[in-house]
Amino acid sequence: MGVMTDFCLKGENVHLWRGDHHVLRGVRFEVGPGECLQLTGANGTGKTTLLRTACGLAYPEGGEITWCGENIRKDMHAFHAQLAYLGHEPPLKAELTARENLHYWVGVRRRFDPQELDQALDRVGGEHWADRPVRTLSAGQKRRAALAGLTLMRVPLWLLDEPTTNLDAEGQTLVGALIDEHLQAGGVALAAVHHELSVSAPEALRRMELTFG
Amino acid sequence: MAWTWFHRLGSPPHIYRVAGRLTPWLAWPAAALIVAGLIGGLILAPPDYQQGDGYRILYVHAPSAWMSLMVYTTMAVAAAIGLIWRMKVAHAVAAASAPIGASFTFAALVTGSLWGAPMWGTYWQWDPRLTSELILLFLYLGYMGLRSAFDDVQRADRVSAVLAVVGVVNVPIIHYSVIWWNSLHQAPSVMYLGRPTMPASMLAPLVMMLVGFTLFFGAVLLVRLRGEVLSRERTATWIREALRP
Amino acid sequence: MRGPLRQAGEGVSDLAATVVASAPAVPPLFAARLALARDLKLAFRKRSQLVQPLAFFAIVTTLFPLGVSPELPVLKPMAGGVIWAAALLASLLALELLFRDDAQDGTLEQYALSGRSLTWLLAAKTAAHWLLTGLPLALIAPLAAIALGAPGAAVPGIVISVAVGTVALSLIGSIGAALTLGIRRSGALLSLLTLPLDIPVLIFGARCTELAIDGEAYGVPLQLLAALAVLGLTLAPLAASAAVRINLE
Repeated sequence: MGVMTDFCLKGENVHLWRGDHHVLRGVRFEVGPGECLQLTGANGTGKTTLLRTACGLAYPEGGEITWCGENIRKDMHAFHAQLAYLGHEPPLKAELTARENLHYWVGVRRRFDPQELDQALDRVGGEHWADRPVRTLSAGQKRRAALAGLTLMRVPLWLLDEPTTNLDAEGQTLVGALIDEHLQAGGVALAAVHHELSVSAPEALRRMELTFG
Repeated sequence: MAWTWFHRLGSPPHIYRVAGRLTPWLAWPAAALIVAGLIGGLILAPPDYQQGDGYRILYVHAPSAWMSLMVYTTMAVAAAIGLIWRMKVAHAVAAASAPIGASFTFAALVTGSLWGAPMWGTYWQWDPRLTSELILLFLYLGYMGLRSAFDDVQRADRVSAVLAVVGVVNVPIIHYSVIWWNSLHQAPSVMYLGRPTMPASMLAPLVMMLVGFTLFFGAVLLVRLRGEVLSRERTATWIREALRP
Repeated sequence: MRGPLRQAGEGVSDLAATVVASAPAVPPLFAARLALARDLKLAFRKRSQLVQPLAFFAIVTTLFPLGVSPELPVLKPMAGGVIWAAALLASLLALELLFRDDAQDGTLEQYALSGRSLTWLLAAKTAAHWLLTGLPLALIAPLAAIALGAPGAAVPGIVISVAVGTVALSLIGSIGAALTLGIRRSGALLSLLTLPLDIPVLIFGARCTELAIDGEAYGVPLQLLAALAVLGLTLAPLAASAAVRINLE
């Protein structure tokens, strides 16, 4: 007796105003398992706003967002437990090490072994800088630490706001690889990007452009 | 079915029309009651056996103090409705009420000070009621200050709504703690007339003033509410129709 | 029948299995303890910041002898009130540390998205805040009181009254801090919002401290103070979490 677990994030006719500005005008999107939807568009067209609406931080004036067929507002805590959101800035405390940051950041959400934490850090190339305070790290290293946290969370839905910021070519390949692994495991990803993500399965990659008006 | 009128109230153009039509129904009775109350209180009512004619400022002070509390409660209830049901009009009501309530509070403080001055010899005493009114004034100023700190009207509405609800829970706590504080020190506390019960000739004008002030608040609120609605909906299309002479 | 989103069924993807199987539920208290531990660890890495509210408290109490009179018989009756006025101002200063950093670096947002009760997490942060500012204030308040003429026997009463009162102050302050999260240079507005709400705490706390200094029984105001702290404990984190979510919108 199964419950449908087709991970699917859908937005129907989403409207959102910021003051007098009609930022999201009837946006429709659908991302299924193993798919990654890239949001493109100029600055100010509402990519970040759409991401924040999709994860439930922003409240749309019209339309609804559904996850696995259910409105996300019905049980926000359960919905949040299934998603990871990475904003513009990596959510790291400057005075803690990368390892400690992940311990607290992800530890509040789920229990995990120290080995899993080590694996996540190694995956992003963090063996050398994982135990230094984050304020001593470069922007690229901070971004990698955030990505390690992302993989450590083990959630089906990834909402990423410009995940390749501050990363060199190697880092951008890393992001592509991580998203690949995520999609292959059946996960869903929604990402606001300026450049195309280097994901290996092009059929899994879709694009949606947001414009003014 | 019963909720439809509630939801229609939430529609800005509807509220704009209704408020406009309702205002004279509140304004004229308010004016009549206040004039009658002032005549009754300032001229017709007998002088108090203890305070003589000096007590007559009660007819302005007591309604002002009463309104200052009533308006805060109205503000908090409207804010809560706006917060829970996400009704823009409810937030507009809260925003429109605040300066009116602050004015009533200020009036209560000034009339209270003037009332006490001949008896105390000074223009201020830390009387529990005056002190409570002063703190209430700070609560109003804080609410208005918080609103003005946000550029985004929606966020200003919702954040200040939380403050209003927190404030209304605190008002009784503050009031009773001030009474407790005052009782420790036996500071002079005037403003209560000599008799435990007032004769009808004194009470009737007071009641008229109270009701008159309430209707006055209603009328001013409706006028300010229309202004709020216009300012918030300035880009909407229904405005041009509504403003056609 | 659609069950809760976490239930797994037939034909589940690998990721769902991983999610369900390897994510043992984290009870809210465990998450709160982790949040508390994080804030304490962070504070100890920046120890110099912790001294500031205490130094401020000391300076403010010094202003009264300088501004009023150096004579202890004049200062002793005022000592309770002076200590509490200074404690109120110092706790206001310390409120900056509560949410501002987390709001700026995005960790508060992650708390809101953690799937855990934000109310509990903010309560944990407020508890850390009290341990780092309120409790130390309670421990140095007797020094200020003695400098204002209080006898040594009053020390336990002073510590208890300030300790309990600062719990209420931290909680009430957390509401103000949450409301003014997004506002730049919110210091004056934060004071205007928080101080009126703090007045009952001031009244009961100052009375309690005053009685302690006079060597009299201070049980009644202490109980009232504790009642305020308990009320704050039940309501303040809720209000703060509502305000934080609104500011994150």
